[in-house]
Amino acid sequence: MPALLVVLLAALAALPYFAPYFYIFVATEILIMGLFAASFNLIFGYTGMLSFGHAAFFGMGAYACALLLLHFEVSLLTAILGAMLASTLLAAAIGFLSVRLGEVYFAMLTLAFGMMVYAVAHQWRSLTNGSDGITGFRLTEFGLGLDLQLFNPAVYYHVVLVVVVLASLVLYLITRSSFGLMLRAISENPERVAFCGVNERRHRLVAFIIAGLFAGLAGALFAPFNRVASPDMVHWTQSAEPVLMTILGGAGYFLGPFFGAAMFVLLETWITSFTEHWMLLLGIALALLVMFFRRGVLGTLLDKVTGR
Amino acid sequence: MSEPILSVKDLRKSFGGVRAVDGVSLDVQPRETVALIGPNGAGKTTFYNMISGRMKPTAGSVRFQDQDITGLPPHTISRLGISRSFQINNVFTELSARQNVEVALTALHRKHFSMFRPASRNRAIQEEADAVLERLGLRHLSDTRAGVLSYGDKRLLEIAIVLATRPSLVLLDEPTAGMTPEETRHVTQLIKSLAASGDYTFLITEHDMHVVFDLADRILVMHRGRRLAEGTPEEIKADPEVRQAYLGEEEVA
Repeated sequence: MPALLVVLLAALAALPYFAPYFYIFVATEILIMGLFAASFNLIFGYTGMLSFGHAAFFGMGAYACALLLLHFEVSLLTAILGAMLASTLLAAAIGFLSVRLGEVYFAMLTLAFGMMVYAVAHQWRSLTNGSDGITGFRLTEFGLGLDLQLFNPAVYYHVVLVVVVLASLVLYLITRSSFGLMLRAISENPERVAFCGVNERRHRLVAFIIAGLFAGLAGALFAPFNRVASPDMVHWTQSAEPVLMTILGGAGYFLGPFFGAAMFVLLETWITSFTEHWMLLLGIALALLVMFFRRGVLGTLLDKVTGR
Repeated sequence: MSEPILSVKDLRKSFGGVRAVDGVSLDVQPRETVALIGPNGAGKTTFYNMISGRMKPTAGSVRFQDQDITGLPPHTISRLGISRSFQINNVFTELSARQNVEVALTALHRKHFSMFRPASRNRAIQEEADAVLERLGLRHLSDTRAGVLSYGDKRLLEIAIVLATRPSLVLLDEPTAGMTPEETRHVTQLIKSLAASGDYTFLITEHDMHVVFDLADRILVMHRGRRLAEGTPEEIKADPEVRQAYLGEEEVA
């Protein structure tokens, strides 16, 4: 398994040298959406909370990054760190008000807060430029004195690859830690955890904030990639994507969301290339995959291998 | 007599108009084993829920080790040293038996916000996990997923989680419910040896009268939310009111 992962990472690193130009963009999007979905899975798969408002943090990251680049002409690294901070604060506020509620109410409340953030992004025209979004920001330097040609898609792809791999490593360590064990216990039985002497609500809040932080990182990578931060990145349909990707790939395994993101983006890319009814076909494909791979495609395959 | 470790005064709980617990008082001395008995619906579990923080009492007070714990949240009460088991199995089925115990130990060692270090790397936690699993006879099942354990082993794991929090007062809610006679004997012996170790005070509800009379130093009989009688097993056996209201035809020799 680790050997397989090394091969995969090597292939990803070498991708711009053998894959068609177009697939550099596809791969960049897969990595960013994979991180977005993995951050979502920290609260969904590991902690048992279904959030329908995760795009709020993704969008916050995208907007904060774009605004910092546009108005302050900071380095990309500074913009990313600023965006992560902004998303963390937003997640702390929304999380504080949401995690006190149980399952369905939690889902509805996160959806409601997500819609509010969308409304702000859409209507605070003086700050966000409304439905046109924020454009025209320049990528001057990465930071740390690195001389990177960020406007070159292959270079930006490599930046995204390194950042996503590092972020995923941190997320992975968290899932394996004592804190991660508490989250898994909470997902099954929060009350039993409380009777072990742990404030489970505080754990759910911290998990929610960490998930928001990494979603913000994904959003901060996404805005420069698209050259725009626009309201559709905060729309509730954007919140549905990590849900679909995670269920598609498998919530029970750490790499499930990445796998699901890859399938989702590739299906979308291939289907849109030959029909304009891509939503219908994508829907059918997703429905079939979910029906026949109950624990996600990667999850079901790995279950077979490990004999679980 | 020393100061009681647990002192419950005039505890009440109403659901709408129904008085599930209607003014029950109880003092428990350190290292004592007290059994709480009564027919279904007598209010035993509600009584437990109020002591352990699952429910807030309508009226009355609970003091533990000279501290008022009335209405505190479960995690605070657990940290103070009261741990409870549940009538139905309440283990973490997706985790291994060892991880179930690790959850409690992680909380005990205040490592539950440790973000980058797994519990499996903490030596103190691992040694204690081994000891607790050994004591319950579950060591050989350490790495088995709790969901596939036998019913009796799940009940034992339930007790293992309770003990791992290192409580001074243990509330057991029907620890032998649904067990085979052999498993019941095993659990009864286990509780006896734990009680004899002098580290624990027990409050136990139980339907099996043989287990109750075997373990209890003192028995509180509840009936329709009220205290019907209280005394040593001999006194309870001889109490005509108890015989009539609860023990009925059951043989209590």
